[in-house]
Amino acid sequence: MEAMISVQTVNKSFGSFEVLKDVDVQVPKGQVFALIGPSGAGKSTLIRTINALEGIDSGAILVDGVSVHAKKAKVNQIRAGIGFVFQSFNLYPHLNAVDNVAVAPMHVKGTKKAAAREKAKELLASLGLDDKFAAHPNQLSGGQQQRVAIARALAMDPKVMLFDEPTSALDPEMIKEVLDAIRKLAETGMTMVVVTHEMGFAREICSQVVFMADSKVVEQAPPKEFFSAPTTQRGQDFLEKVLHH
Amino acid sequence: MNWSVIPRYWPQMYSGLLMTLQISLVALLISIPIGILIGLGRISRNSVIRFFAGFYVEFIRGVPLLVLLIWIFFVLGRFLRLGSYWAAIWGLAVFSSAFIAEVVRAGIQAVPKGQMEAARSSGMSYIQAMRLVILPQAFRKILPPMAAQFIILIKDSSLVSTISVVDLTLVGKNLVATTFRSLEVWTFVALVYFVITFALSQGVRYLERKYQVVE
Repeated sequence: MEAMISVQTVNKSFGSFEVLKDVDVQVPKGQVFALIGPSGAGKSTLIRTINALEGIDSGAILVDGVSVHAKKAKVNQIRAGIGFVFQSFNLYPHLNAVDNVAVAPMHVKGTKKAAAREKAKELLASLGLDDKFAAHPNQLSGGQQQRVAIARALAMDPKVMLFDEPTSALDPEMIKEVLDAIRKLAETGMTMVVVTHEMGFAREICSQVVFMADSKVVEQAPPKEFFSAPTTQRGQDFLEKVLHH
Repeated sequence: MNWSVIPRYWPQMYSGLLMTLQISLVALLISIPIGILIGLGRISRNSVIRFFAGFYVEFIRGVPLLVLLIWIFFVLGRFLRLGSYWAAIWGLAVFSSAFIAEVVRAGIQAVPKGQMEAARSSGMSYIQAMRLVILPQAFRKILPPMAAQFIILIKDSSLVSTISVVDLTLVGKNLVATTFRSLEVWTFVALVYFVITFALSQGVRYLERKYQVVE
């Protein structure tokens, strides 16, 4: 089966520091991959190269068969098909929730304003935000802001969704509502990559765990196998630290 | 002292004041679009555009306004057949645009980097992201300093009297020459400038409060 996201021998350096070394990851359609590992391992950089927020030095990345980093890549068009959710939400503070969600469909896809706003309301309602349509980001809690951000990404009808530590900036009591939203999305068969420190979440909903350390993919396995018996020393050390604190 | 000179010549002074306000306002309106373009040029990814925008700002800021006005009036004005009125407006506009460019640049750079990333990751082009996401936020930050620039223009515009634009200052000069009442006339002229700029600076303070950006 052809991969929806195909990362092929990708290398990248910031100056003399190599952040990605020969990274290979294949995400089949409809699967959810968790990207875990210690900070500085290159997880965020990797997920940001998939929609070309970061460039790469060598290798290739294909999303639904289209090369993202090719010289003639239509980056805007490719990005329109990739939903991206940031750690710090990055909602537009000058727009209310509905307009945050509707602005890209209107201007990138050319959806009519009324239709775009109608769809935005449906998406927000499906994420439990039906009473927050007119709220500006500064009137929303962190968990609500992140759910608006998920709605904003979904509004473009993406083929894949990328989450870069979606719960790391949240207060503990708000983590669940965001993880529940991501879980619901996983059940619809969306192809997703999630950079996360939530091991319980990774174990429960992901089809594969990709463990990165020192700029490399150290091991990849279904969560049951990885969390019960990691095959590498690096993986065992990491799990010991995050699971028994 | 004989203050009766003020009411007697008020009509001339009033038309001088109107001229001062008019050229300041028109110069401001011209300088805003130029300033926005130059300010965008200052942060362009194209190094040639960045260089010329930077050069423009540094050059204009390095030349005294009086010299700029005289140069536009006597040199450029001769080729382009600018009258003193338009030479004054363009001199003030060009001078002011360099300052507005810096205000615009600072306002855009004050918008968090994640905003551009969020906009681009949803498929917007650089220009769409600027227009729909970055500039509306930057505008709130730059509106108060732009209004403050108008106050600076009103004061700086007194220099256009040297290229024979009949503004408030030149009316004052002419009145002193005919009435010899320099104390009364210049005191009054100074007061008029102060009242206008003071009232406007209160307005700027109001704008600053109103557009305090809530992140």
